[in-house]
Amino acid sequence: MKIVIESESFDPWKMLDDYQKDKADLAGQYGATAVFVGTMRDFNEGDDVSEMFLEHYPGMTDRHLENICLQATGEYHLLESLVVHRVGTIKPNDPIVLVAVWTAHRKQAFEACREIMEDLKSKAPFWKKEQLNDGQDRWVEKNTKGY
Amino acid sequence: MGVDVKFFASMRDIIGDDCEIDAEILKAKSIKNVDDIWNYCAAGKERPANVLIAVNMDYVDAETLVKEGDEVAFFPPVTGG
Repeated sequence: MKIVIESESFDPWKMLDDYQKDKADLAGQYGATAVFVGTMRDFNEGDDVSEMFLEHYPGMTDRHLENICLQATGEYHLLESLVVHRVGTIKPNDPIVLVAVWTAHRKQAFEACREIMEDLKSKAPFWKKEQLNDGQDRWVEKNTKGY
Repeated sequence: MGVDVKFFASMRDIIGDDCEIDAEILKAKSIKNVDDIWNYCAAGKERPANVLIAVNMDYVDAETLVKEGDEVAFFPPVTGG
């Protein structure tokens, strides 16, 4: 299990590849890898968005994400999990979040990946502040349903 | 040693910067729970119904008791991911 709070731009596919290569001892054990990558849009609530600032609660964020992954590991028999989340200033098309899980079978992988992501979105202490194209900024008050 | 109080995101815009309430003030103002902390720090501003509260980085409700050395945080609904 690995949790990363990343303050610099990251390549989720490279991180995924690097992590899986580091876990060579698991080769042959996992039959499914489910991956979610969240990326910044350039629109929200009908407005054009030029930039976003991601704030978090250091310490609580890490601990909460660890707890989510530990719970999912027990519930879905995860062999491994990786969660990466950006903080700081980001631009449209920048990756925001990566969730990846490795399991023996696809059902657990799909369900665990979704559960970790939904829990992260509803409970992990991150907040977004959008900079709009017209120069105004605003805190995002709630996540869009999206599912 | 008192109680560290933190505000995040829009709560910081409403209430202000983080602060520490020292032990003497806790006693003098009879501050016993999270609600008392809010009332002391917010100086009369009503606590938004959707505010989330953590004590020592665990989610709690406003009735939760606080003690010296605790860290109390107030923040709006989370919007990560």
